[in-house]
Amino acid sequence: MKTTRRKFLQFAGVTAGASLLLGPKNTFSSVPPRNTSQQYAMLNDTTRCIGCQACERACAEKNCFPIPEMKPEIDTPRNTSTEALTVVNAYSTDNKGIVFNKTQCMHCDQPACVSACLVNAMYKTKEGPVIWREDKCMGCRYCMIACPYDVPKFEYGSLNPKIKKCIMCYDRLQESKIPACAEACPQEAILFGKRGELLDIAKKRIYDHPTKYVRHIYGEQEVGGTNMLYLAGVPFEQLGFRTDLGTIPYPEYTKTFLYSVPLALLLAPAFMLGLRQATKGKNDKD
Amino acid sequence: MNTTDTSAPLYRRVGQDLWEFILAELKPKGKLLTPFNIISAPIILLGLVLIVFRFTKGLGAATNLSQEFPWGIWIGFDVVTGVAFAAGAYIVTFMVYVLRMEKYHSIVRATVLNGFLAYVFYAGALALDLGRPWKIINPIIGNSFGVSSVLFLVAWHFLLYMMAQFIEFSPAIAEWLGLRKLRKILGTLTIGAVVFGICLSMLHQSGLGALFLLAPAKIHPLWYTEYIPVLFIVSSVFAGMSIVIIEGTISHRVFRHQISAEHHAKHMDIMVGLSRLAAAALFVYFFMKILVLTHGMHWNELLTPMGYLYLVEVLGFVVLPFIIFVKGAKNRDRKLLLSAAIITALGIIFNRLNISVIAFKWYAPVHYMPSWIEIVVTLAVVFGEIWAFRWVANRMPVFMESPQWVKHLDREVEYPVPKGAVANINSKTAALQPVKIKK
Repeated sequence: MKTTRRKFLQFAGVTAGASLLLGPKNTFSSVPPRNTSQQYAMLNDTTRCIGCQACERACAEKNCFPIPEMKPEIDTPRNTSTEALTVVNAYSTDNKGIVFNKTQCMHCDQPACVSACLVNAMYKTKEGPVIWREDKCMGCRYCMIACPYDVPKFEYGSLNPKIKKCIMCYDRLQESKIPACAEACPQEAILFGKRGELLDIAKKRIYDHPTKYVRHIYGEQEVGGTNMLYLAGVPFEQLGFRTDLGTIPYPEYTKTFLYSVPLALLLAPAFMLGLRQATKGKNDKD
Repeated sequence: MNTTDTSAPLYRRVGQDLWEFILAELKPKGKLLTPFNIISAPIILLGLVLIVFRFTKGLGAATNLSQEFPWGIWIGFDVVTGVAFAAGAYIVTFMVYVLRMEKYHSIVRATVLNGFLAYVFYAGALALDLGRPWKIINPIIGNSFGVSSVLFLVAWHFLLYMMAQFIEFSPAIAEWLGLRKLRKILGTLTIGAVVFGICLSMLHQSGLGALFLLAPAKIHPLWYTEYIPVLFIVSSVFAGMSIVIIEGTISHRVFRHQISAEHHAKHMDIMVGLSRLAAAALFVYFFMKILVLTHGMHWNELLTPMGYLYLVEVLGFVVLPFIIFVKGAKNRDRKLLLSAAIITALGIIFNRLNISVIAFKWYAPVHYMPSWIEIVVTLAVVFGEIWAFRWVANRMPVFMESPQWVKHLDREVEYPVPKGAVANINSKTAALQPVKIKK
């Protein structure tokens, strides 16, 4: 079997075309390990929260939502919605009585929603907050499938639907203001600051008050680390946290598959053209 | 389905005006009031009305989607299942163009057409589900490439594969329109499109499964595994085969008058061959399911309600059709093969819906159920695809023989006359001599 120039070029063209189309650079997920200690973050200390909902009201005011009327009801958690980006829930616990817990976007370091988004509408800013960009989103709602905390909310009733989620008041941060909820909290249950410093504070609180806190900072390791950190006096599952998520960053789950793509696009055409050559009969011409 | 009046002239003749021909072809052929039409036409019309409703009232009014369940049957059935059903095209083209299994050449066009239309209709239904469909071009030319997203890959592959399939089918269009020069060029593109198309298919068939890798905490452990992409690609083989068998059996009856006697005689052989392949893929799939179950250590989950569902899927829709396929292929029993194919296809629907809808957030107190609008629109999409398929099959050489001039043309392409030299070919057989075409 002689390889003519024409055949070689044909083969090379198909292979190069295929591999160029989705080359390695494009398919490799870009999540280099980085130092998050300088990113903006928040520390929610559930032992300090009194369930006053000042944070909810401040959030609603800032985002022009209706002021929340529902009070936290014990053990019937409310969900965030397109008109409430943060809610406070009440839980009855084993030995610390009623404990309040504020939920909102966790602002993961390597967010599932960002790795799910095919148009970079979900975006992890270098400052830390995860934001949503209206001009890019096509409304596929894959971010909602991916988010382990079910944070992104979609405006089903609208003809120009948007994804609504907490963006850590990214707009306020740019005006050098702190997030509305942190500013409103009368108990200093919500601390805003740099992630590294907040982790130090959290560890010190645990160290200073070993009986008050469980020795775990939720968000330090969960799904690869989040920019929302939590302290609690009871095991976190009693406060409605998902404790089964593991510490693997979500983009890792699809990384192997994405790595295999350029490989497949490179090897499969060669393999198939080879097969075609191998199965060539006497009367086949090409 | 209706039948065609065979006395009508086939394809455009030499010298016939192109536009006149196309206008004439736009008219319906055959009887209009057939049982199939009477059922499907109102559903398609209602579906169109409901699509308008969806775009004027929003997704919330038309669907039962919620914050808890952002994807319903428009994704789980139309896209995820529909694409698996379209897998026949890449498998049959692989067998015919890469492995040169000439036996299956006669079903290539019908299969590719079915695959192409499935992508256009089922994957096109994706646009209905998008909340902001006017941004649909963003992943393609929006200059905002989410390259770490599996969905980005799937979107691109859908687009490219649709083009590849169109190129694969395009010679039939050129033959229908009597465009000889174009047919000659398009014919040379087939093998490239096939190889490229198979690569794309393998990646996005598995990619559709890989989408769900990002929901490890939301999909029931019996279905969630890091091997979802592999399971998807293996199951796409028997999904595609079952649809080719079902489509082939129905087409064989509906388009009977179009099919040559030679193809008629071979039809059973083809069906048996495809059934064997489907059975082999089912067996491999079953084996992998057992492996995944063993590695996952989820035996205890089997005796829960979700476990029963899993057992029904694996035993009733994998093992059972495997046995029927083997038996049917052995006895060359058309009915057995068809029933096995139908069970397999139902099993694929069940499996894909399990991963995308049923076992997704199985723990939620209130689970998603599709609204009647979602169901009617889905049915309209399916019927629309069948109508389009019939329209094309009644006009272009899908089941019918290509026009006579194509044979000359193919020979001319295969054995070109070198400039100023005698063709160096095996001239023992006169049939292989280059033939000049007069225009």
